[in-house]
Amino acid sequence: MELHIDGAVVDRARALACAIVEPVEAFIAVHSTVSVERAVLRLLGVDGVTADDVPISNAVLDALDAEQRAGGVARWIGRGVAESAAAASDVATRIASGALPLAALESVPEEAARAALEPFVRAGLARVAGRRAERSALLARLPQSPPPLLYVIVASGNIYEDRAAAVAAAEAGAQVIAVIRSTGQSLLDFVPYGATTEGYGGTYATQENFRIMREALDAASERLGRYVMLTNYASGLCMPEIAAMAALERLDMLLNDSMYGILFRDINMKRTFVDQHFSRMLNAHAGIIINTGEDNYLTTADAVEQAPAVLASQLINEEFAHRAGLPDEQIGLGDAYEIDPRLEDGFLFALAQAQLARQIFPAAPLKYMPPTKHMTGDIFKGHLIDAMFNLTSVMTRQTIHLCGMLTEGIHTPFLGDRALSLENARYVMTTARHLGDEIAWKPDGIVERRAGAVLAQATDLLQSIAEIGLMPAIEARVFADVSRPPDGGRGFEGVFARAADYWNPFEDALRPASAHARQPVAP
Amino acid sequence: MSTLVRPYGDTLDDGAMQISFTLPIEWSEAADEAARQLVAKMGFSDVAVAEGRRIATGFSFFVVYARTPAAVDLDAVGAPSVKTASLSMEEIDALVRERVRRKIRVAGACIGTDAHTVGIDAILNMKGYHGDYGLERYKEFEAFNLGSQISVEDLVRFARDHAIDAILASQVVTQKGSDITNFTALAELLEAESLRGSVLLIAGGPRMTNLLAAELGYDAGFGRGTLPSEVASFIAHRMADRVASLR
Repeated sequence: MELHIDGAVVDRARALACAIVEPVEAFIAVHSTVSVERAVLRLLGVDGVTADDVPISNAVLDALDAEQRAGGVARWIGRGVAESAAAASDVATRIASGALPLAALESVPEEAARAALEPFVRAGLARVAGRRAERSALLARLPQSPPPLLYVIVASGNIYEDRAAAVAAAEAGAQVIAVIRSTGQSLLDFVPYGATTEGYGGTYATQENFRIMREALDAASERLGRYVMLTNYASGLCMPEIAAMAALERLDMLLNDSMYGILFRDINMKRTFVDQHFSRMLNAHAGIIINTGEDNYLTTADAVEQAPAVLASQLINEEFAHRAGLPDEQIGLGDAYEIDPRLEDGFLFALAQAQLARQIFPAAPLKYMPPTKHMTGDIFKGHLIDAMFNLTSVMTRQTIHLCGMLTEGIHTPFLGDRALSLENARYVMTTARHLGDEIAWKPDGIVERRAGAVLAQATDLLQSIAEIGLMPAIEARVFADVSRPPDGGRGFEGVFARAADYWNPFEDALRPASAHARQPVAP
Repeated sequence: MSTLVRPYGDTLDDGAMQISFTLPIEWSEAADEAARQLVAKMGFSDVAVAEGRRIATGFSFFVVYARTPAAVDLDAVGAPSVKTASLSMEEIDALVRERVRRKIRVAGACIGTDAHTVGIDAILNMKGYHGDYGLERYKEFEAFNLGSQISVEDLVRFARDHAIDAILASQVVTQKGSDITNFTALAELLEAESLRGSVLLIAGGPRMTNLLAAELGYDAGFGRGTLPSEVASFIAHRMADRVASLR
């Protein structure tokens, strides 16, 4: 059921997205952040906390002054390894505790530092590549059911309760499990350590919690004969660190948006742009599918009005992702079914938007989010709205399908809610599996006209952003009706200019091989 | 004279109800019987398990129909609402101009770690909710939306520094009573800072009721589906009363 859309307009929209991202990439190339450097440490094998419960990676960064960190943290670890022949993680621990003063390392020659660190860099990259190979082997042996992949969340606050809920959901048909994070975590400038049993609105993302959940889902995958994917959130102030931990623990997807934190968590935009770039480089290497957060535009404003902003953001997210080396197959662009149920032909508008995204991003594993904004305490009506959402998803061949809950907005899902939700999705998607292949849209009908209008308006929006620049556009409330200043928001103090001799060996190894192919157009 | 009411299935006073729940047991016919007995123990009669099935290893789901003998006396039900006769934005602005004679300063925030601004945005943002404009649009209100994850300390400081008349505290996440903890902390801090008497303190969130707000020491509570004009109307009336009592 292909819609007729004007390919020339799509090309123009993509070229505009390229022109918008280009200057931001130039900024990214000459800056780093404390969280990028902490991710470098984690990839070198640094883990654990100090006697005061401060993560070692944070304590090392705290030990560096502004000038020392401007060259990148890797050099200091390399120097320490060259000096002591100890492991990178031991050097980090000694720097963190103050046992190894940086002054003692200043005289180590550059070549010696780089050479000393090389085996640890290779080991880190190999560990991530190994986890990726494991996933490929598991997917080959335990194939998933065809998409839309049914995705549910668990969010008890206690990783062990989450584990039980996740396994039950997998048995009920879930193919992707997301562990929602505790509500304050996006604003923590460190990643908590160890298994956690307390959280609000979700469970803390820690490396140990990742490991516990992966282990349980691997066992469930073997039992069910199909691989169950695990998702978490590389967003907030610790985007690159979460990406590193997820790569090490074989998570399969990560929420990872280029602008979400700026708009919805008031995180500084420069921090976010730099962080998303390095985290996406890691995701590319780890084979992790990113999920972007365009659904959030629709939950905070009118869905019909915001549809062009969703498409514009998808194109910007795609461009940022390509620049970090992510192939289309790993770019799970977001959208949501949030149109007011009272609106006549609202279902047609939802189909138009979903089909438009499917055609503009044919290889992307699109992520489709369920209704939340218009869900009331009437669970019966909610279950029905969810069914229409499920139908939209299967008709337009969405890839990642976040199952709607009939109890949305009432409580974090009960185990029984999840089972009913999965049953709803499985029923609709089975009974209407090939409906989309059987029908053709009426030329110039409501759906086709709506898709054309959204594309045209998205292109106009991209044009206006390209004219003023992305950072000023965000300040001027172009997205989600929120204004954020370039130097405001949380985490700005953690952004710094790279010194001429800045060194990040992982970035060097993972930098996309081919220069960006498309040329930006003049706005 | 009391007015007793019972649930209504298809006949007055039949007490018919539908109940659904999950039990942490493997499904079997005995599980259906366990579900039936459980509902009977709650005081229900004519218990019929319409559906019982396995939803995961060690978990079963049930849909049950049953009759309750319980009834409630409507005349003894106390649930005061703060939603006064609804005024339009223009009427509220006029009331403030005439009776308060200055702009009302309102600050709203999602307090604690709650990041869900959907409620506070619906009330404060220009755009409003369900075609009802938000407080930012009112001529006689000066509205500050501090956004998400605002500590109660920051909110109280802001209220003092900006001579705020009304504080709107929003909580969407209610897991493990975090909303109650945060609401209580805000009320206590305002009390400790001797500001409680000079601000209208209003709680909001999908699970909020005016009764609960009163228990928490708030002036009002607004729940699911509240329109901005309902909140504005309450604030305007209270401020007008306050100004009148000072005169």
